[in-house]
Amino acid sequence: MSYAPSAATLKKIEGMIAPYPEKSAALLPVLRAIQEESGCVLPEAEAWVAAKLGIRPIRVREVLSFYTMFRRKPAGKTTIQVCRNLSCTLAGAEDIIGFLREKLHIGPDGTTPDGRITLETVECLGNCDHAPCLQIDGVDHGPVTRDGAAALLEELRAHE
Amino acid sequence: MSEDDVRLIPADDSSWRFEAYLRRGGYEAARKAVTSMAPQDVIAEVRRAGLRGRGGAGFPAGLKWSFVPQCGTAPKYLCVNADEGEPGTFKDRAILVRNPHQLLEGMIIAAFGVGIRKAFIYVRGEYARIARRLEEALAEARERGFLGRGIFGSDFDLEVIVHVGAGAYICGEETALLESVEGRRGQPRFKPPFPAVVGLFRSPTVINNVETLANIPSIIGCGADWFTARGLPKDGGTRLFGVSGAVRRPGLYELPMGTPLRTIVETHAGGPPEGVAIKAVVPGGLSAPVLRPDELDVPMDFDSLAKAGSMLGTAGIVVIGDRTPIIEVLKVTARFYAHESCGQCTPCRIGTSWIHKTVTRIGEGQGRLSDLDLILRLAEGMKGRTLCPMGDAAALPIHALVSKFRDELEQAVSR
Ligand SMILES: Cc1cc2nc3c(=O)[nH]c(=O)nc-3n(C[C@H](O)[C@H](O)[C@H](O)COP(=O)(O)O)c2cc1C
Repeated sequence: MSYAPSAATLKKIEGMIAPYPEKSAALLPVLRAIQEESGCVLPEAEAWVAAKLGIRPIRVREVLSFYTMFRRKPAGKTTIQVCRNLSCTLAGAEDIIGFLREKLHIGPDGTTPDGRITLETVECLGNCDHAPCLQIDGVDHGPVTRDGAAALLEELRAHE
Repeated sequence: MSEDDVRLIPADDSSWRFEAYLRRGGYEAARKAVTSMAPQDVIAEVRRAGLRGRGGAGFPAGLKWSFVPQCGTAPKYLCVNADEGEPGTFKDRAILVRNPHQLLEGMIIAAFGVGIRKAFIYVRGEYARIARRLEEALAEARERGFLGRGIFGSDFDLEVIVHVGAGAYICGEETALLESVEGRRGQPRFKPPFPAVVGLFRSPTVINNVETLANIPSIIGCGADWFTARGLPKDGGTRLFGVSGAVRRPGLYELPMGTPLRTIVETHAGGPPEGVAIKAVVPGGLSAPVLRPDELDVPMDFDSLAKAGSMLGTAGIVVIGDRTPIIEVLKVTARFYAHESCGQCTPCRIGTSWIHKTVTRIGEGQGRLSDLDLILRLAEGMKGRTLCPMGDAAALPIHALVSKFRDELEQAVSR
């Protein structure tokens, strides 16, 4: 199978490469753009990126596997990331994580069987004055109570 | 510019727009620098102001700029560190969200002073949405000719690129950040050579934190004396103190450098909630060794915290209440560093994960009394033995937790 981004993403990618003095420096933004469109970066896409930026495929793999936000396998349609660093733990993050797992019937860092929601725990989101906090597809929420978390899940369901 | 106008975080939520910033006297300092000052005078003024880096290490900003060689024709770069990964820290976020033009103005002045024409802002992946607003602010500034070619009608050009990361605490370390901008794994480089001489794309590079640069406009606009008067002679200006944890009013407080920790926690953040007493305070982000309740009168400036055996770091203050078992704090801390070690240096890679394993064992009630000494020994073994300061950043807070709360931890082990 071969990979090709949509015309819009291709245009975006080309615009991203231009300002860098060396093409290969655009690797992170290009991978971000692909993941934004496809949900993850599959091996075919890795090969495409390597050719596009004129680098060896291993370099793409090295970078993909280093950064925690890159995915090499599809995740759920929505991703909930709950912070569990110090300020959030002090404010009851573990309780919120346990509550969400129970509600969604999933274990640590899992995806619901219907592929709707991926729940992950993350380190500090830099929103400590709103602890315990979480992000849903990159949007910040906090402080989150059990009721608040239940309401967020309801909202997700309603938006389908 | 009046004194009220140069706050790092304006009170008003709509303050981030270009027009609002202009109304506050924004971009006047950059205009002054670019159109009427010699670059070396800009650097001299910043040196006189005693501005120390707000990213954690507290290195004097003007001095750093003066290290960039002014001979040679190689391009020079500015990298803004908006990685903000240090747990307990949320100040750069506030500047990016509420006052992005002040950062841009600081960048223009810094770039002019050092002779830089291209700048990168490295924004952590978790702030991708915030980066979009930053892009908007950049577009506003470009449209008005405040960025791009011939800024303020001079022959000075500056191009700014926003580079969004993808989740890795280590990328906040300045040489790992350079690797990441170049499209590689964020693994720190050996120093020397220092980035000021060999940095991004092998060229001389200045790396500064967001808050550091956001302080520059007021130094040039109001003068170094005004700036030091708002802080300390060798540690000028105000600081954004972020308070979270067991306090009534968590939030950001902009106060003079040297404000006592107790005043920040008890007066500004309202102290712990009803019925809770303070057990410990992390004064400057998770990497800063913890302080006990009898150590809270320390003035919050770089030298005083160092003397107290901790560090000012990012000034992210986390208050731990007496209901929280220290083993919980130790667990979070150990897990974080084990998770974030980039794996390049053996002492950090093995040390952080061994400590994490040991701490987990204690947390599960399987600990041995010798485990506490084992943790201390492992922490000792990391200190000063890694390429970048991450080894110390992990070792010091863990060492402090174990040695300062040994009695409580021994009870946890023998339980
Ligand atoms: C592990 C580690 C993480 C760091 N993370 C950050 C960060 O997120 N933001 C930051 O500005 N500095 C961070 N630093 C400090 C930078 O290496 C560097 O000192 C700083 O960006 C320089 O800017 P300043 O002089 O304006 O403070 C980190 C250092 C280490 C060792």
